[in-house]
Amino acid sequence: MTNARIAIPSPIKSGDVIEIKTLITHPMETGLRYDSMGQVIPRNIITQFECRCGPDLVFKALLNRGIAANPYLSFFFEVVSNCTLEFTWQGDKNFYLREVREIRIDR
Amino acid sequence: MKSVLIVSLCLLFCYSCSVRAVEEPPRMPERTLTEVHSGLFYQSADTQALQNDNFANPGLLWVDRGLTLWSDDSAPGVPSCAECHGNISQMRGVATRYPTFAAEKNRLLNLTQQIQECRVTRQHHDPLPYESEILLALTTAVVHQSKGLPFDVTLDKQTYPYWVAGKNYFYERRGQMNLACNHCHEHYAGRMLRGDRLSQGHGNGYPAYRLQWQGVGSLHRRLRFCNQGIRAEPFDYGAAEYVSLELFLAWRATDLVVETPAVRR
Ligand code: HEC
Ligand code: HEC
Repeated sequence: MTNARIAIPSPIKSGDVIEIKTLITHPMETGLRYDSMGQVIPRNIITQFECRCGPDLVFKALLNRGIAANPYLSFFFEVVSNCTLEFTWQGDKNFYLREVREIRIDR
Repeated sequence: MKSVLIVSLCLLFCYSCSVRAVEEPPRMPERTLTEVHSGLFYQSADTQALQNDNFANPGLLWVDRGLTLWSDDSAPGVPSCAECHGNISQMRGVATRYPTFAAEKNRLLNLTQQIQECRVTRQHHDPLPYESEILLALTTAVVHQSKGLPFDVTLDKQTYPYWVAGKNYFYERRGQMNLACNHCHEHYAGRMLRGDRLSQGHGNGYPAYRLQWQGVGSLHRRLRFCNQGIRAEPFDYGAAEYVSLELFLAWRATDLVVETPAVRR
């Protein structure tokens, strides 16, 4: 089971710099730990996060081991037009989650 | 005259016997804590801030999952929780009454066990392990509906024996270290035990997100840790002993409100 939380403030005026917050369930297993049988627990982390507004990249993060489980990321974004925000998380074991949110400028 | 007196004395004696034999709960059992604090009070400022953040509290990821499961109607012919119970907000207040005596089962049930009941008897699913992600998520979401409400468990003829069992367990020494719950959670509340600041041992934030677990865990998981910490044999998840203890803890936390999902170190 994987799920994400995304918070976008509202209302938004043109030119506002808004903070977008994201949170996702993920074990972020470092690959440096051993199980009770002495076997290495394979690395299983999110390696990349992207947020796009249409085709334009808004924010991108490359993640590494040593980040706590269920990573929280927040970033700022200047809104100049209505757009569809696309959030993607990718990682080990073909991990992939995509979420979409509409940004609407209020008058 | 003498015999009349003896007979009436006898009657009186027997009467008081029979009254004592019925296990009525005392109206106001005495509490040992003079000042009651939630576990939140003893956490670091950072952890408190994380719990109080309505977005970033990671326990809310489990609440979200629970909400999805609540209205999940993907299995054909299986009514969702929502179909029978309506919006999950209808569950406000329910968690404050648990554990509760289930007449048809003739035993004390906690909320997770009640949800398991509904899943098995009304949705015809196979029973899930107590600490499974699905039961945890549903329990967290249902308890979360009562956030801010005080505990309100019933002490009556049926629940009183369980309350007594829970209370006895709380004050009994056990394990290689020969400690009882009250040693850590009443005598030493507020003091450090290795990296932890000891709280009063209330269950009002559970299921809770524990940073050490990197996930949400049930109250029984916490109780198992407390048993293992003093090298005592823990009970199984969902064990009757823990459910009785849960009733005692809920009663003991009467002045506190539900905080689920709490965040703990
Ligand atoms: C050796 C000391 C010790 C003993 C004995 C002990 N615990 Fe704990 N307990 C802890 C520590 C340490 C924590 C984590 C810090 C905290 O929240 O108190 C904890 C946490 C808890 C919590 C969670 C509190 C919160 O707000 O998150 C509960 C509930 C609890 N204990 C109940 C019990 C019960 C019931 C017993 C008896 C079966 C017990 N404990 C015995 C040390 C102990
Ligand atoms: C077919 C209808 C049905 C479905 C489906 C169902 N329930 Fe129930 N549920 C009931 C009935 C009837 C009761 C009350 C009977 C009782 O008190 O034992 C009940 C009682 C409960 C209670 C206790 C309420 C209280 O006031 O004490 C909870 C909590 C609960 N259900 C949760 C769930 C969850 C979570 C699901 C989905 C996994 C679910 N139920 C699915 C019919 C249903």
